[in-house]
Amino acid sequence: MKTFTKFLGIACAFGLGVAASGAIAQEKIKIGVSIPAATHGWAGGLNWHAEQAEKRLEATYSNIDVIVVTANGASEQANDLEDLLSVQNIDALVVLPFESDPLTVPVQQVKEAGKFVTVVDRGLSIPGIEDVYVAGNNPELGRVAGEYMRERLNDAGKIVVLRGIPTTVDTERVDAFVETLEGSDIEILDMKHANWNRDDGYEVMQDFLSRFPEINAVWAQDDDIALGVIEAVKQAERTDEMFIVGGGGMKDIIKRVMDGDELTPIDVLYPPAMIATAMDITAMKFTSNAPVEGRYILGATKVTPENAENFYFPDSPF
Amino acid sequence: MSSAERTKTASSGGFSIDFKALGPFLALVGLFILGTAINEAFLSGGNLSNIFTRAAFIGIIAVGATFVITAGGIDLSVGSMAAFISGAMIVVMNGLVATLGAGIETVLLGILLSIVLGVGAGAINGLVSTKGKIEAFIVTLGTMGIYRSLVTYMADGGTLSLDFDVRGFYRPVYYGDILGIPMPVIVFFGVAVAGYILLNMTPFGRKCFAIGSNEQVAQYSAINVDRIKTLTYVIQGLCVSLATIIYVPRLGSASSSTGVLWELEAIAAVIIGGTMLKGGYGRIWGTVVGAIMLTTIGNILNLTDAISNYLNGAVQGLIIIVAVFLQRGDWQRKKSK
Repeated sequence: MKTFTKFLGIACAFGLGVAASGAIAQEKIKIGVSIPAATHGWAGGLNWHAEQAEKRLEATYSNIDVIVVTANGASEQANDLEDLLSVQNIDALVVLPFESDPLTVPVQQVKEAGKFVTVVDRGLSIPGIEDVYVAGNNPELGRVAGEYMRERLNDAGKIVVLRGIPTTVDTERVDAFVETLEGSDIEILDMKHANWNRDDGYEVMQDFLSRFPEINAVWAQDDDIALGVIEAVKQAERTDEMFIVGGGGMKDIIKRVMDGDELTPIDVLYPPAMIATAMDITAMKFTSNAPVEGRYILGATKVTPENAENFYFPDSPF
Repeated sequence: MSSAERTKTASSGGFSIDFKALGPFLALVGLFILGTAINEAFLSGGNLSNIFTRAAFIGIIAVGATFVITAGGIDLSVGSMAAFISGAMIVVMNGLVATLGAGIETVLLGILLSIVLGVGAGAINGLVSTKGKIEAFIVTLGTMGIYRSLVTYMADGGTLSLDFDVRGFYRPVYYGDILGIPMPVIVFFGVAVAGYILLNMTPFGRKCFAIGSNEQVAQYSAINVDRIKTLTYVIQGLCVSLATIIYVPRLGSASSSTGVLWELEAIAAVIIGGTMLKGGYGRIWGTVVGAIMLTTIGNILNLTDAISNYLNGAVQGLIIIVAVFLQRGDWQRKKSK
């Protein structure tokens, strides 16, 4: 049997394993999950939700085995994919690519080996590789925040923007935000990168505060940045002058929204729990006969004091 | 170049002695002029206080690094160590709230823990590299990975947050001031003065210079090289713990992204200040100015929108190289050679 599996592994690696999923059906269905390591808050949430979903799926379905691997960079993730394919001999892959371009070909190879592929959050550079695509909505996150700004400021005011790490995710959010503000008298005083990091958020905001005597609102785009911004604004004793809109759905910020904090009136969701959505859909492929192939774009829900309770997970690290 | 050699070359050109010692200060003055030209808000009291307060973290760590580097060592673990100590402090203080309540005792125990961990971590780096005879680069690269993983593990990959009641008691350590001078700046200044005295006015400091210049000669001169080298790492650990003590009350949180690249910034501050990377010569005040310079560059870039955000790193790199080039001081004597 062992040599048989090994043979299959080799066959798959050469893209000949069409019959693979049928032959292994008596054994456990292996779902490989490849995600970035917990290097910042959001990714920490991602890891936590992946672990929770693993436990839940394995408890519910005795024939499903989930293997979660984390990578610190694009090339490490490419190695992980090779290992999942040849060593673990997976039947399905759930992958949140570190970066789109470098991982397109490695994921394509998994697909060519006849595996079921689910791509999460960051799309691949060549369309049509994945069977299922699950993602949050980056432009929508910018748009929802922008619309709230217009509504709350009555289309006029001065704001500052703190950007994330320079990546597509950041650009998509900011472009949509700026577009939404077009046609209003809201002036963006300046935008600076705070790298989705609390310390950077604190320092960049301190400098904005010494530079601009009048700021009506802050778009921090991310909840980690927002927490740094909050401390800087408090230190400068300018809390009455402005409000802050973050993004992501971190429990600390959701709690503040829930408590009706004037400084953070809303939050915009970009839930790391989307990895669980992707894993559930992938498991469904093997446990039911419902068709699952397609694209799932999660909404960028606006969190207000009224609905905040639904999005508050006190046990999650994010 | 040994310290003896250096003194000799330096004294051969009368003007260059001043220029070398003053180099980092002149570069800093240049940066301040640049900052003021870019935005008048630069010289406002609030902004200057921000710069000095921010420089305190890297600065305090860099004072410790000056000892390690002067004695010919290197410590790459300081950033991760700071993150790990912050995490451990937060976990322990949150745990103590249940028994001791959110009061001054909880905060003091947290601070005590920080010092114990800092000194302990420094001793480990020092003993493993000296007694274990492993290159300090490898030892501290290893501990760097270990501490970074430990803080990620403690936080479940997320963020550790300090209890809000404890924050109330702890807050003044960062946000408080004495006669208008922010607490972190006072601690930074105190550490720098203590460091200056220890490095320049005690036998211990002279032994650091000697070991950095030539370890074998120092050994033959009856200097207990292992002991002195280990002590420099302990001083480094203590400095990291002091920096952490004032860092934690700032945002009350620690995560795997805390203190990333602090080791490089600290080493850069030391070298910008005129200490030699290969050891044998160290200058505490230079290090202090180096740390302030690094922070000032970041601050100036935040005060202008003339430069594309994507080029921030390039501008920072350029300014650092130019500043160090200017303070070398011997570029003007090239033709006399």
